Amino acid sequence: MYLLKLIVRNAFRHRLRTALTVLGIVIAVLAFGLLQTVVGAWYVGVEASSSTRLVTRNAISLVFPLPLTYEQRIRQVEGVRIVSRTNWFGGVYIDKRNFFPQFAIDAEPYFQLYPEFRVPPEQLKAFLVDRKGCVVGRKLAQIYGWKLGDAIPLRGTIFPGNWEFVVRAIYEGADAKTDESQFFFHWMFLNETLKQSAPRRANQVGIYLIGIANAEAAAETSRRIDAMFRNSLAETLTETEKAFQLGFISMTEAIVVAIRIVSFVIIVIIMAVMANTMAMSARERLPEYATLKALGFGPQFVRVLVFGESLLIAGLGGALGIVATLPVVNMFGSVMAKLFPVFHVSTGTLALQVAAALVIGITAAIVPGARAARIQIVEGLRAIG
Amino acid sequence: MNDSAVPMVLIEGLTKSYRRGGQIVPVLTGINLTVAAGEFVALMGPSGSGKSTLLNLIAGIDKPTGGTLIVDGLDIATLSESELADWRARNVGFIFQFYNLLPVLSAYENVELPLMLTGLSGKARREHVLTALQMVDLTERMSHYPSELSGGQQQRVAIARAIITDPTIIVADEPTGDLDRVSAAEVLGLMDRLNRELGKTIIMVTHDQRAASQARRLVHLDKGVLLDNEMAEAVKRDS
Repeated sequence: MYLLKLIVRNAFRHRLRTALTVLGIVIAVLAFGLLQTVVGAWYVGVEASSSTRLVTRNAISLVFPLPLTYEQRIRQVEGVRIVSRTNWFGGVYIDKRNFFPQFAIDAEPYFQLYPEFRVPPEQLKAFLVDRKGCVVGRKLAQIYGWKLGDAIPLRGTIFPGNWEFVVRAIYEGADAKTDESQFFFHWMFLNETLKQSAPRRANQVGIYLIGIANAEAAAETSRRIDAMFRNSLAETLTETEKAFQLGFISMTEAIVVAIRIVSFVIIVIIMAVMANTMAMSARERLPEYATLKALGFGPQFVRVLVFGESLLIAGLGGALGIVATLPVVNMFGSVMAKLFPVFHVSTGTLALQVAAALVIGITAAIVPGARAARIQIVEGLRAIG
Repeated sequence: MNDSAVPMVLIEGLTKSYRRGGQIVPVLTGINLTVAAGEFVALMGPSGSGKSTLLNLIAGIDKPTGGTLIVDGLDIATLSESELADWRARNVGFIFQFYNLLPVLSAYENVELPLMLTGLSGKARREHVLTALQMVDLTERMSHYPSELSGGQQQRVAIARAIITDPTIIVADEPTGDLDRVSAAEVLGLMDRLNRELGKTIIMVTHDQRAASQARRLVHLDKGVLLDNEMAEAVKRDS
């Protein structure tokens, strides 16, 4: 208790200095948490991917489609449970800034493959019977104020023309990691329209989404599918959904790495600031440490005083930083909802913030703690007066 | 009260030197000194004469280069750092020129500080602290912090801290050096009481003739050498 009392009083001896140091740590831990959350949001597709889902695409590039006829053949491959097809639509809603992902899907197998998209049964039924119907995510509907029955006009870019859809269902995510900002409509509607407007582009599929019974068979099933279409006009590349998502992220990997580095640089900077604060405090108190040692307290007691003070200040700053992270992330998430549909602080990020505060506290105290513990009593006492 | 047959401090051929820039600088040379239990000794001498160094050696906060240094029957020069720390906690009471109180602790807490190493219960500690504060007449100021006390009051708190563990020896380094005449007289009066009424052995370094006159015995040092009375008088005349 006595030791704790001494640590607490020492920590708040220079209130302005302590307050500024705590403020610095709060900002650093908050910025660290925010940047880590941005990195996490980048990987949300990877995190949400299932080990029992495979993606088959054109081996040359994602921009080249695959023939519709592949679907039946894929369905016959051993281990394949469900096959669904999807095309990236890339339409513009009113203005180019209003970006959200739009997919043409064959609804029944698609929603079987993705049970995390929870569509109310009566709404799903309404969607299935309306060829111009669409299913939108809860967040997306919230952003644009869409309700069931609303007409949504999209200007096609990949598939030119003016397209109009009717909101028939609004899905909710099974958990916080599920993207609730997507827009789905019937693949058949897209295909029928293309048959009339651009027949050469009809019966083409962007990617096949495949459900398999056993995750361990993913590699073998992928190999079988790709072997089936080898030496064809459209060779395939089949990979797990996770690998497919990581492929997207690798295109922007430099940005993610830069954000990660910056987040750790912030911690290193505040560590240096904190170390300077502790060095100043310990230097000022050398006569007191010498007095304590003269009275019979050992070097370990003095070292604990320095480490305790450093950990208290870092812990306080870290705790306030973590508390501030949640509302700031929520605010940032709502502002950036179009770019980051899933934006929440993970427990991993919270653990990293706690670890960062601890590392700041411990690292900052190493040198001043050792110096205080080593101080020669006579030298320390001489510093007075 | 004084038992001159039992030396509290026995010093024979004590030397102390420092290494500075590759050179060895002698501070104390061939010191022989005996202090009996219950004595009040004043160490005097000009600046740089080595009196504070000698006091530090006796208090166990510095180590001699050579010679014998026995305090209360124990050769403290042979103790390790941690043994020396334990020994100081049990046997030495310190009174410093600038009081050396911890500014974040109240007068009460400062006096209690050395007791934290004794394993006494909270209740026993409280009794000890109140008795010590009563002795220095600061009971009413016990919740005050050093910054709220005058220099004299701070030194009285330091004296209470020095006696709280009932040490065998009290060392005082210029205890009145930072005080006005009235406060200095109060502090010296207290030290006199500690010596006369409680039989405490006190070794005090001072420049102040008035302070030295409170001691029962004067010991003079000059250029690291102990002087006898005649030599001390000669040095005084010369200076």
